[in-house]
Amino acid sequence: MRFFSVATLAALAFVPPAGAALNVVASTEDLADLTRQVGGDRVKVESISRGYQDPHYVEAKPSFILKLAKADLLVVVGRELEIGWLPPLIQQSRNARIQVGADGYLDASLTAKILEIPTTQITRAMGDVHPLGNPHYWLDPGNGRRVAKAIVDKLSRMAPADAAYFASRYADFDKRLGEAEKRWDAMLAPYKGLKIVTYHRSWPNFADRFGLDVIGYVEPRPGIPPSPGHTIDLIAEMKRQGVKILLVEPYFDLKTPNSIGRETSAKVLVMLPSVGGEKEITDYIKLFDYDLGLLVAAIKETGAK
Amino acid sequence: MRNVSWAPGLLLAVGGVLALPAAVTAAGQAPTVAPTTASAGDDVGELRRELESLRQDYASRVAALEARLLALEGSQAQAPAPAPAPSPATQTAGASKIFNPDIAAIGNFVGAAGQSPGGGEPSLNMQEAELSFQAVVDPYARADFFVTLGPDEVALEEGYITFPTLPGGLLTKIGKMRDAFGKVNGQHPHTLPFVDRPLVSTNLTGGEDGLADAGISVARLIPNPWLFLEATGQVYQGNSAVFQAPTRGDLAYVGYLRAYQDIGESTNIDLGGSIAYGHNGITADTTTRLIGADATLRWKPLRRSIYTHFLARGELTWSRTGAADGPFDAVGGYGYLEYQFGRRWTAGVRYDNSERAEEPGLRDEGGSFIVTYKPSEFSLVRAQYRRTSFAGEASPANALLFQFLFAIGAHGAHPF
Repeated sequence: MRFFSVATLAALAFVPPAGAALNVVASTEDLADLTRQVGGDRVKVESISRGYQDPHYVEAKPSFILKLAKADLLVVVGRELEIGWLPPLIQQSRNARIQVGADGYLDASLTAKILEIPTTQITRAMGDVHPLGNPHYWLDPGNGRRVAKAIVDKLSRMAPADAAYFASRYADFDKRLGEAEKRWDAMLAPYKGLKIVTYHRSWPNFADRFGLDVIGYVEPRPGIPPSPGHTIDLIAEMKRQGVKILLVEPYFDLKTPNSIGRETSAKVLVMLPSVGGEKEITDYIKLFDYDLGLLVAAIKETGAK
Repeated sequence: MRNVSWAPGLLLAVGGVLALPAAVTAAGQAPTVAPTTASAGDDVGELRRELESLRQDYASRVAALEARLLALEGSQAQAPAPAPAPSPATQTAGASKIFNPDIAAIGNFVGAAGQSPGGGEPSLNMQEAELSFQAVVDPYARADFFVTLGPDEVALEEGYITFPTLPGGLLTKIGKMRDAFGKVNGQHPHTLPFVDRPLVSTNLTGGEDGLADAGISVARLIPNPWLFLEATGQVYQGNSAVFQAPTRGDLAYVGYLRAYQDIGESTNIDLGGSIAYGHNGITADTTTRLIGADATLRWKPLRRSIYTHFLARGELTWSRTGAADGPFDAVGGYGYLEYQFGRRWTAGVRYDNSERAEEPGLRDEGGSFIVTYKPSEFSLVRAQYRRTSFAGEASPANALLFQFLFAIGAHGAHPF
């Protein structure tokens, strides 16, 4: 009898009482912040990966299983970004609500604008090509808005009583993002078509949105570390095209980018692809404020065009 | 889309089959009908009428089919543009292929030089090719199959169904599995950080095949405010390298308790205690009891997670083997340290020490240096220098092992 009551208590501990905040787990801090933006105090949000971490190589730590076990909603980037670590976590969560295909599983990419969807046969000779398209789509504020909308729709279905609250939060976020976009467009307006090089293929949506032209990558192929031959070719190409800006994600080694920078007198910028990549980047809008501020300052410094 | 694309072809084929007899009868019957005598005139007239009606019938059918064909072609040409982000899978694969399991093949090639007891590893050996098939079964379960093709045998390494969301948080597996006894026993050869298995595995827990059997496994999280705690209970048939059931009722039992705790975001501790018990088949009522303890410390700084990590792991196993001439006690273990010093480079060192299960007092001891180079996530090259002092041998055996591992197919989860 005593065991039974302990077991019952334990089981009850996993069921959220009615009216309580929804427990949301997001695979990245960007999705966590977008959920916070629209969910306000009616949701409790946690992220699995940190903003300064390579989201392809998160470890499937058992402590994440505990977070997932009590989640009402799991928001994932999708496009196989999390394929190396999320499936075993979901399976071991013992949580029926967040299994793939269940109501509490939201693939944020489904309503986003996805670039680089392969149209021909792909093989691993091309490196870590994502067969379902580039998963770094959140770096276009338009996609941030689309994802926020998808989250609002999902939250409203899960907690219909709070639907009006979520809708007003979304309207406010939409307005603030719209104002910020005007500001960002004005910042970047003089530099349309600016040629840049990036370390990994993390920035196609960002470049597309802000009119940048990515002419090469430090990685010879996605996910493959730099090779001397490719680096020499890249340096020659950067010199030929006068590229002065090189973007590096915070989780990559700076040795090769710095030597490319010295050879080409390009500025090496550690740009942050995610919220939380630096302490001051506390939300989705500040992420673009930070990155675009860094970029424009570097353009002015190097006279890049 | 796919249905529409073959529909015109099918219609053409059906139309052709329908039209063909008409042409054949028209061409073949007319000459034979013409030279008949006048007395057969009524028959000829009847035949002509039948032929005419047949021709009209076919003509109208072919016309109807052509009209449908045109309509279909038209609708295909004006088909709405695909959805903004269609999944390529639905474009390139047939509907039935979508439900094919994720398939991967992993090759494990091992070479050896130097001395090993009893001949040891072959000089050049395609040790195994592992095929995996993994998919969701239905809304309630998933299934995983791992088939190994060795030089001399084909075996089901594992094959089980998993129910991840049963009531009560019971993660249930049914099928053939590697027993949840410690860390190394559960690992497939290609996920081990060394070429061979530690001496304690070879001496006490069944070596390469390890403890693997058909049975049922249930695992539950034990809620508590402090750490990750998971208890696993398993019941097996009793047919593995250690356990042999003399009669059907002599099942083998395995229990595993795992505790895990993060110490900051880079470091964590993983502790486990295992017990396995079952008949060993030496006599009708002798049993073997195994007790295991494992401890792992991991360090991996998140900002540099793809470049460096450190791992320290130790496992101890106590074995008590019942036999006609009394139970034999044996203890063994290994300690392993691993450090990643480049994006593609990892170095490790292992210390082995183990008694033999049924030969009390005989103790083997050894050490290994291991270097691993990973060109990508999907292949690796590994070299291992191993020095072992086998009980009863005059001088230590030195061996150099090397390994090529290569994987194709579906992207599996990264090991943790």
